[in-house]
Amino acid sequence: MHDTDVVVTGVGVVAPVGLTPEEYWAALLSGRSGIRPLRRFDAARLPSPLAGEVDGFEPRDHLPARILPQTDLMTQYALYAADRAIAESGFEPGSPLDVGVITASASGGFDFGQRELQHLWHDGPDHVSAFMSFAWFYAVNTGQISIRHDLRGPVGVMVTEQAGGLDAIAHARRKVARGARMMVTGGMDSSLCPYGLAALTRWGRLSTAGDPAAAYLPFDRRAGGHVPGEGGAILTLEEGEAARARGARVYGRIAGYGASFDPPPGSGRPPALIRAVEAALADAGVAPADVALVIADAAADPGLDAEEARTLAAVFGPRGVPVTAPKTLTGRLYSGAAPLDVVTALLALREGVAPATANVRDVDPELPVDLVLGDPRPITGDAALVVARGAGGFNSAMVVRR
Amino acid sequence: MSRRVVVTGIGVIAPGGIGVKPFWDLLMSGATATRRITAFDPAPFRSQMAAEADFDPGQAGLPEGAAERLDRAAQFALAACGEAMADSGLEVEESAAHRVGVALGSAVGCTQKLESEYVAISGRGAAWEVDHTQASPYLYDYFVPSSMAAEVAWAVGAQGPVSMVSAGCTSGIDAIGYACELIREGSADVMVTGGTDAPIAPITVACFDAIKATSSYNDTPGSASRPFDRTRNGFVLGEGAAVLVLEEAEAARRRGARVYAEITGYASRGNAYHMTGLRSDGAEMAAAITAALDEARCDPSEIGYVNAHGTATKQNDRHETAAIKTALGEHAHRVPISSIKSMIGHSLGAIGSIEVAAAALAVTRSAIPPTANLHEPDPELDLDYVPLVAREQRVDVALTVGSGFGGFQSAMLLRRFEG
Repeated sequence: MHDTDVVVTGVGVVAPVGLTPEEYWAALLSGRSGIRPLRRFDAARLPSPLAGEVDGFEPRDHLPARILPQTDLMTQYALYAADRAIAESGFEPGSPLDVGVITASASGGFDFGQRELQHLWHDGPDHVSAFMSFAWFYAVNTGQISIRHDLRGPVGVMVTEQAGGLDAIAHARRKVARGARMMVTGGMDSSLCPYGLAALTRWGRLSTAGDPAAAYLPFDRRAGGHVPGEGGAILTLEEGEAARARGARVYGRIAGYGASFDPPPGSGRPPALIRAVEAALADAGVAPADVALVIADAAADPGLDAEEARTLAAVFGPRGVPVTAPKTLTGRLYSGAAPLDVVTALLALREGVAPATANVRDVDPELPVDLVLGDPRPITGDAALVVARGAGGFNSAMVVRR
Repeated sequence: MSRRVVVTGIGVIAPGGIGVKPFWDLLMSGATATRRITAFDPAPFRSQMAAEADFDPGQAGLPEGAAERLDRAAQFALAACGEAMADSGLEVEESAAHRVGVALGSAVGCTQKLESEYVAISGRGAAWEVDHTQASPYLYDYFVPSSMAAEVAWAVGAQGPVSMVSAGCTSGIDAIGYACELIREGSADVMVTGGTDAPIAPITVACFDAIKATSSYNDTPGSASRPFDRTRNGFVLGEGAAVLVLEEAEAARRRGARVYAEITGYASRGNAYHMTGLRSDGAEMAAAITAALDEARCDPSEIGYVNAHGTATKQNDRHETAAIKTALGEHAHRVPISSIKSMIGHSLGAIGSIEVAAAALAVTRSAIPPTANLHEPDPELDLDYVPLVAREQRVDVALTVGSGFGGFQSAMLLRRFEG
């Protein structure tokens, strides 16, 4: 599908366990968890007491004061991560029309939105912020990143829930293949405000466990939902030869992508996840045997875990490939999760080691999955697969290579 | 030979017209569908007008319960999808479902339900810590706009790539542009694509009031949206949806599908300037138009109609006029340009797709919709904006453009399909 060599040259991370790729990676290897009782507001009435909150992020330290009142926290995260990724890339823009931005968001600037709904309904229309018209909407991160860095190339926003992060990276890759000199891409979410958590609670997929070590257990016999988190990752993509010619440090290559959609719930027909995985492998020109590691979607819902495990078994053979889910340390970051998993995959290939899936001890014996448990596991090979699934039936898969 | 993309089905839900025929009849008549808001009492607000769609979910063929369960924007999308699929005559077989995808655009998602649920579970804004037990069981669907793409995909039977695109007021064009790219690269053979928004709610009206983006001609709502007119003073909020069925051209020809037009070019650019402001030179919109022309291998002189963004804000109409002049050169002074927002308002993430539908119909039917309410041309704006009266005129290539908060600038080209 795409013959162009598209590489990652910069990474910015905002995660409950770290604010740089190095800190994040160290936490993954040591198994340090960011899941704790929610501190942002009094969540006593909520049945799910835990969250993966970002620690130690002080917006004032990273962003100009004037931008703070006009942005939701998720946009502040996105701007910070984009700053870090672009700085790390060392890219010198020529014409701003050659550099673009495509980001993902699952639910927009929801905390900002709740505040302004309160202003409207409690205080009246005159109290609604002049920034509301763009601080809440889903396109805000792409717009704000483009303004901050004067990027006037192709722009876009994918909001395909938890699959959207991969859709955004794949779309940015298309734009590089078609001539953009650099694309800034990834996903970021933060909806840990009361209204956001009310929506997540009504969804019914949150764990109600109170013990952080036993709350998010994908593929485990005790799997009973996930812990919500916040954050994500922003990457810079460039054409490989051009990146190397200017001496950029290359994390690795975005080699393949595929997407599919499941039949309607209750139809009795099999899920379509396997088509996304097979399409991504075909796009990358990678055989299943060459895949060293799979970063799973890892829903921690027994039905969804079984679908994912069986799909991986159908492609790679039963227990045929090491599978891991480092999001057990951060909670699910919604649109931010899969871009962060792409970072994990690139670092795992570079370092030759797969971080473990935290807290899981009792893998459901019915599931034919070789989950990396306990300690990090050495891996050999130069390709990894990232799987992301969105509520409603969205499936996306991405292959990255060293 | 590279894969080409054609439009084989259209569905439109618009103010003044539920369905393609009444929509097109309205545009050709030059009548307007803007009025005083009836959805809620607009008295506390600065701008009290909207172009509302008189939409009945039952009459539109939605299944029972859909009206209660789904946000109005999702209802629009499903109804437009139903019309477009029937219009195309396409049957999605299970064996080919993985080659059929969906790309839906929306700027503000399920805003109405998010607002009404918020009011219900916060005690009308009294409590910060809302009571989730009082919320609809479908609250999460309103929280993530992707639920609307899922609804459309289920209705179509799609199992290929399904995505939700949300680039503010260019979402409708950008979703269709994304769909075209998936067909061209071979990721899908059929894409059901378009945009939907139902933003006529207190929170949206208050947002635009706060930045005075909307018109204040409350005493004359029928003539409040005045693109390119000297007296224009902002846009009028609208609502609706358009869904197109796009097919790979060879497959469409094989099944004998009726083709409205070919989509030959698309591009988007950011202006990196301001979240709600525009540079007066329109350089980035011009760059998007030029990139779309390059992709289509089309000379500006071939363009027979420009469907303008034409919101009727002071800055938009200047910005856009400059962009068209930059991108089309001398031809800008010859080509007819019109804004259908003068008649059906600005439906945010839906309008781009409704305008693509209008451009396709202009090509198919050799007719150009007018700009209503254009009685006093702005002396600064010196192009042919087709004032008041539609024209019967052959259009071989139509250009449609969009511009939105966040700096998004998009352009799309449609061409008469010769096979």
